Amino acid sequence: MARNKRAIPEINAGSMADIAFLLLIFYLVTTTMDTDKGINRKLPPYDEELVEDPPPIKERNIFTVLVNSNDQLLVEDEYLQISELRAKAMEFIDNNGDGSCEHCQGYKISTSSDNPDKAVVSLQNDRGTSYGMYVKVQNELVAAYEDLRERYAQEKFGRSYRGMDVEEDKEILKEIKLAYPQKISEAEPLNIGG
Amino acid sequence: MAVIKKKKDKSLPAVNTSALPDIVFMLLFFFMVATVMREVDLKVTVNKPQATEIQKLERKSLVTYIYAGAPRVKYQDKFGRSPRVQLNDAFASLDDIQPFVIQEREQKSEEDAAMMTMSIKADKTVKMGLITDIKLQLRKAQALKINYSSNQPKNVEALYSSEN
Repeated sequence: MARNKRAIPEINAGSMADIAFLLLIFYLVTTTMDTDKGINRKLPPYDEELVEDPPPIKERNIFTVLVNSNDQLLVEDEYLQISELRAKAMEFIDNNGDGSCEHCQGYKISTSSDNPDKAVVSLQNDRGTSYGMYVKVQNELVAAYEDLRERYAQEKFGRSYRGMDVEEDKEILKEIKLAYPQKISEAEPLNIGG
Repeated sequence: MAVIKKKKDKSLPAVNTSALPDIVFMLLFFFMVATVMREVDLKVTVNKPQATEIQKLERKSLVTYIYAGAPRVKYQDKFGRSPRVQLNDAFASLDDIQPFVIQEREQKSEEDAAMMTMSIKADKTVKMGLITDIKLQLRKAQALKINYSSNQPKNVEALYSSEN
């Protein structure tokens, strides 16, 4: 009993807090909180020689969106505000002119698109267009597709499209994307008011 | 030997700080997990555009950044005020983009290289001419997955007001 009396002295942990504070401050200074978010897009592959004859698309199946260097919108030969673009694009995609789309609720106007599969949104901007405006227009066009997909998901599956998991609901997502395929084409920008 | 007489301690006892390291370590771990290393020293001003249909960039290791915007005030004597491209820590010309992308791709493993995403972090006042030029260079470098870095607006109404 008496031999064990000489216990190991306790380690002084008084400066532990100082060390931890030092590390904490280091992390506070060298790191950032902001997560990266943005609109995902895919660029077309670069081809040296331009395609001679692009596949013919009927005029009624093209939804032209032009943005000039003053950030003004011309949609289907009509001056439009950015707030109206989404509804207009949805109307066009969902038009269902030839009646082949069963889930569409469009007005079947003869001058608008045949079905969502054939409908193409064509975006052309000027070199003088501001990037902020360009992103806004892109955002509205993507939102138009997302809203249609959301509606389709609610009606067919009774679930929210935006809340679906990429892995778990792979098949459902595939089907929804097939129902409203996103077709946004970008033309070479003009250089008028650059 | 005289017996040391214990004086009755009347002053306040010291606050027990033995749990302080635990608290600080907790904070430290929180910051280590929740934040990311600042990658570069920004030399251009980037006021990101606003958008609602945004997706999170999941894996940081797959993302390569291209910055575009007007040089910061302290660099304006040297580089002027017109928007420029920044790659890594330095100003770059458009011709530097292709080698930069190829170099970045080589650093990644083969399967990661196919999934590489280019994040364009540009100021919202930058003209599309510059962005288009960047996009053309990216297409030439076969980096086709891009992401227009943007912020979620605090309220959606702000998105449609003319001043933004």
